[in-house]
Amino acid sequence: MERVDNSVDNSGGGPGVSPALGGVLCGIVISSILMLHSIHDLYDELERKRVMLTFQGPLSAELISALLGAMERRMEGIEQDPRIRRRVFNVVMECLQNLFHHNNNRIVQGGRTMSTDEPHGVVMIAQTTQGYQVLTGNFMAEGDVERLKGHLDRINSLPPEQLRELYRETLANGTYSAKGGGGLGMIDIARKSGGKLEYGFVPYDKDNAFFSLNVNVTN
Amino acid sequence: MSALLLEGTPKTPTVNFDPETGFLELKGRSIPENSIDFYKPLIDWLDKYGRSPRPKTALHVQLEYFNTSSSKCILDLFKKLEGVRATGNEVTVLWHYEADDEDMLEAGEDYAGIINIPFKMIQIEEVDGGEA
Repeated sequence: MERVDNSVDNSGGGPGVSPALGGVLCGIVISSILMLHSIHDLYDELERKRVMLTFQGPLSAELISALLGAMERRMEGIEQDPRIRRRVFNVVMECLQNLFHHNNNRIVQGGRTMSTDEPHGVVMIAQTTQGYQVLTGNFMAEGDVERLKGHLDRINSLPPEQLRELYRETLANGTYSAKGGGGLGMIDIARKSGGKLEYGFVPYDKDNAFFSLNVNVTN
Repeated sequence: MSALLLEGTPKTPTVNFDPETGFLELKGRSIPENSIDFYKPLIDWLDKYGRSPRPKTALHVQLEYFNTSSSKCILDLFKKLEGVRATGNEVTVLWHYEADDEDMLEAGEDYAGIINIPFKMIQIEEVDGGEA
């Protein structure tokens, strides 16, 4: 990280600082100011888009708890309807746990994907004119894309009553997946959302794709 | 056998399974990342309880939230109780839901439609007593 405060310089030279070092310090000042502007722009942008919470990076069970706690407090101040509060909490919880479990532990560095020790993901929760939107994204194995796409398309094709039926059937007959959910997660997210699941896949390289999901919870 | 008592956490429910009275309770939130780990001891306990159950068993479920990873495990609890009922004992599930929480009521109905145990749906006031 670059220091914003450049008044403390290690040379101790003050005015007698060498031209070369002066140039470096000047560089730090300019890039710091640029960073300060861009963080202000970021703040403005997040404010304008009514973003309630956003995170990008490695995920752990502890972090998910912290994000859920922060969301819950935020929602209590904003949303009067406890039904909507619960639905948003449910969708955020399932989406974060999806990020955690269905993740092939990759990140991008220098335009290429690299393997990491932990699941990584991005999440953004914002208010919209009709309610709330929960956006998540993560890398997944390219080989799983078709299956997930088929699952999401099937969910999107069903009216609420049939979606409930699919949930019941999957609960009653489905086998456990290694993570325990057994394909219920997306069905539940769709039920709580009350709308269609918007999704996209960006192929990255032959083994990896980036999966994005947008879930709207409407009032 | 001894009672199974677990204190609730922000991600796991309070558990109170009493083999002397047949009163079983699951209360709070069930949203752990790994539900199978959490529910394994509960399922094992019911397995053992099923060998010499009380003539009447009542499972009180009062959940504020549960994740889909918990939902299959909760179904497994009910299946164990189905077995207790099949051997001629009385078993009831008392499914509690907050007055305005139709999603939780529906979740109870979904289980009732799958499991061969009488469910009683019990409407309760908001736990936090929050504003209307």
